[in-house]
Amino acid sequence: MSGGVDSAVAAARAVDAGHDVVGVHLALSRAGGTLRAGSRGCCTIEDAMDARRAADKLGMPFYVWDFSERFRDDVIDDFVAEYRAGRTPNPCMRCNERIKFAALLERALELGFDAVCTGHYATLVETPEGRELHRASDNAKDQSYVLGVLTAEQLAHTYFPLGSTPSKALVRAEAEQRGLTVAHKPDSHDICFIPDGDTRGWLAERVGAEQGEIVDRTGAVVGRHEGAHAFTVGQRRGLQLGVPAPDGKPRFVLEVRPVSNTVVVGPKEALACAEIAGEKFTWAGRPPASDTFACDVQIRAHADPVPASATLSDGVLTVRPEAPFDGVAPGQTAVLYDGTRVIGQFTIDRTVSAVPVEA
Amino acid sequence: MRVYLDHAATTPLRPEAREAWLAAHDVLGNPSSIHGAGQAARRVLENAREQLAAVLGCQPIEIVFTSGGTEAANLALKGLWWSRPSATDAVVLPEGEHHATLDVVGWLATAEGAAVRSVPLDALGRIDPGAFARELPGAAVATALVANNEVGTLQDAARLAELASDAAVPLHLDAVSALGQVAVDFAAWRGGGTGTGGLAAMSVSAHKVGGPVGVGAAVISRHARVTPLVHGGGQQRSLRAGTQDVAGAAAFAAAATAAEAERETESRRVSRLRDRLVDGIRTRVPAARLLGDPTDRLPGNAHVLFPDAAGETLLFLLDMAGIAVSTGSACQAGVAEPSHVVLALGLDDRAARSVLRFTLGRTSTDADVAAALDRLPEAYARAVASGARPDRSS
Repeated sequence: MSGGVDSAVAAARAVDAGHDVVGVHLALSRAGGTLRAGSRGCCTIEDAMDARRAADKLGMPFYVWDFSERFRDDVIDDFVAEYRAGRTPNPCMRCNERIKFAALLERALELGFDAVCTGHYATLVETPEGRELHRASDNAKDQSYVLGVLTAEQLAHTYFPLGSTPSKALVRAEAEQRGLTVAHKPDSHDICFIPDGDTRGWLAERVGAEQGEIVDRTGAVVGRHEGAHAFTVGQRRGLQLGVPAPDGKPRFVLEVRPVSNTVVVGPKEALACAEIAGEKFTWAGRPPASDTFACDVQIRAHADPVPASATLSDGVLTVRPEAPFDGVAPGQTAVLYDGTRVIGQFTIDRTVSAVPVEA
Repeated sequence: MRVYLDHAATTPLRPEAREAWLAAHDVLGNPSSIHGAGQAARRVLENAREQLAAVLGCQPIEIVFTSGGTEAANLALKGLWWSRPSATDAVVLPEGEHHATLDVVGWLATAEGAAVRSVPLDALGRIDPGAFARELPGAAVATALVANNEVGTLQDAARLAELASDAAVPLHLDAVSALGQVAVDFAAWRGGGTGTGGLAAMSVSAHKVGGPVGVGAAVISRHARVTPLVHGGGQQRSLRAGTQDVAGAAAFAAAATAAEAERETESRRVSRLRDRLVDGIRTRVPAARLLGDPTDRLPGNAHVLFPDAAGETLLFLLDMAGIAVSTGSACQAGVAEPSHVVLALGLDDRAARSVLRFTLGRTSTDADVAAALDRLPEAYARAVASGARPDRSS
């Protein structure tokens, strides 16, 4: 229970469904603030208090479990290391993969519980072939993308009571009707461990900012930067290039090369990506029946899914979208769908541009 | 059956305290008012002050009622520091003190530039008087627990006070966990001296002896020089301004008097129960180890190291089984910190996260001990299994 409205209502529904429910708030930061600031974060003492009061209202025991060390090692340090390697990680997925449905779930099972119930918007469907993970019925709030890392074993011990609710507004109304004080609490977004929302400044302190060159796709130097970590693939603003492009068109970040501390820029067309591939993949339930299969691929939490074909060969999963997508960065997670069902996911290690380098 | 074995956190309200509290609320009047109503309230308040002074072995004028033990410790330590001789700049602080003094001294160090002179504990949690004496000369103020609130070890309060007197350093004793459990005697510990050094202040709290939460007292020696924290209407020797809480004082005095009256018989009864609990734990969990001084300890305190089990996990599992215990006193947003007291005993961080404090009190029974012992083995086995994962960091 983060202290937000979703987990509070999920807990309430779990109680109503007759389960024996214990509220757990994850302490993910040892140096959490006291008061909530705007819509960021979920680790302040005020958030823990909100969660506790929701549990009180529901008549359930409530505990704070300290996963701050695991969170630091598996999520925060990983986030920094990925940026240092020039990749673009998704810390929320990492948290689901390593903390909420791993450390927390393992601990819960060891202590005698059957499942972890969360306020995520996603649906679990029982079939003869096993449990399936599907998109939520309210596609605007659908969080199946960030749950794409869950395996069959993890899915077997999860419970998403909000998955079939058609809108968040209904969840808020239900919270209000149940007398939960968090009914109108703003949604949390941004990265919870960067409380002021300044990801670039936060990273600069940890990754270190060193001046370097901005080059075009032919290697010609077109400008300088104050630290490669501040750039992500697809970014246009903040380049401050001294040399205009020959065609006068705007230029975009195509690639970040941490070893040489170089940022590669080029025209928008060059962002088009014809192929993505990765070796680190999981299946959300039963694996695909064959090594080549059609799917929809989604590369960001709020991106549209794109029809694609996937091939598994020599431990590498390669996905080719029917139409190229723009601005894919290594480190991002690609989640594969069959209609509403999540097939699995992989971390993108390699991308192939749809546009070859001009001479 | 739910079992409460956390009497050191707070203990049930005594009927005498409840009655005194309600009766005092029926007396209309501000004790500082000059009229008859004020005088009536003042009588109740001063009766309470005299009653409490009799229990604590001090003079009534030396009692300053506060909002609790923490405020009393703040008044004593900051007040003594602010009134210190200009040539002194150090505070003597044994390891393993309660946060109510530890954090005050930490604040004095960062905000006021106090030099902290630390005194180590031995493996049983005892302050070595020799080491304490070595740190005293020229210090502005010293502080010590009469009984360690976590591991239960009793200190030689009389000896520490004598050493402070010899060094002419004002001493604050934190007697919050000791009151009602062991003999507390301010005048005897202070000795007959009339200087500013020696036992200068002592903190106590009502809810640890069956009084209400929100009431405590600082005993401030008539010979001590103390600057107040709270300024205003000049109440309580101008050491703690604000309208006085007559009912709270009356309830505290009633609880402390009742606790003191039955202290010797109760401490025998409770320590027997405690010994039964410790023996039972050892039988069921042979690896378990009692921390603190095995003999000179608070009668209701059993502080046990459970190797290979996280205290936080054991606490949770026992709570699920209806047994309320504690991992110690420190708590940040519900997260258990490794116990600084256990670290001060020379044990490592892992051990400091593997302890449970069982504290028995006035309402504890044989059945409570039996129930706790009955449910401990399963909780321990589960906690060990949970902690055995190689990837687990805590």
